[in-house]
Amino acid sequence: MADGVKPRVKVPKQASAGDTITIKTLISHKMESGQRKDKEGNVIPRSIINRFVAEFNGETVIDVTLEPAISTNPYFEFEAVVPESGDFTFTWYDDDGDVYTTTKSISVG
Amino acid sequence: MELTRRQTLLTAAGAAVAAVLPLRGYAAVEESVATFTGGVEPGSGGITLTAPEIAENGNTVPVEVSAPGAVAIAVFALGNPVPPVATFNFGPLAASQSASTRIRLAGTQEVVAVAKMADGSFVADRKEVKVTIGGCGG
Repeated sequence: MADGVKPRVKVPKQASAGDTITIKTLISHKMESGQRKDKEGNVIPRSIINRFVAEFNGETVIDVTLEPAISTNPYFEFEAVVPESGDFTFTWYDDDGDVYTTTKSISVG
Repeated sequence: MELTRRQTLLTAAGAAVAAVLPLRGYAAVEESVATFTGGVEPGSGGITLTAPEIAENGNTVPVEVSAPGAVAIAVFALGNPVPPVATFNFGPLAASQSASTRIRLAGTQEVVAVAKMADGSFVADRKEVKVTIGGCGG
């Protein structure tokens, strides 16, 4: 399910070195749990994002394993340290093999 | 207060239900938690799980976990068809070992967060969440 998947990430544009910043991420995804049934009573197959990784200049901030119990449009809020200017990379891994990536830059000064 | 026959029966039935319910819950917890801890019994303290007491919509229940010094935090919903909810692994650039997300709960149940600390020990916190409308579809 590659249609309609849109990552949205909120990262401050500037920070001081060593600052703690709060990052909010959201990706639109229906997160089909594999528990629901359609009108004919057939189980709708599971289709979720199973992993989310946030990195800064190649170093991991958070690595989350998702199960079907995560709500539609998975949302995460967490805190990171920024030692220098650079890029945050956010990656979502879909059950169907798709990988969604978005990048945000932050300048330290 | 004088106990009538009806009251005695009701009390006995209530006690029986109360005795059976937690047992079922614990079996489910132990199984899913043990896969995360490798069989180690988690201690308490050092971890905070924040969840609403009453969630109107089980499809999206905001939860927050925080455990300073943790390497990883796993969240379990004991009453769900699939108890594991999510596992957060913290990297070197995580400013705090905390995260918030939104989860699905099938019904009123206990949510458990287990943290793996840097020294290899485990701590757990649990919260009862009352759910008005379950979030597993039909």
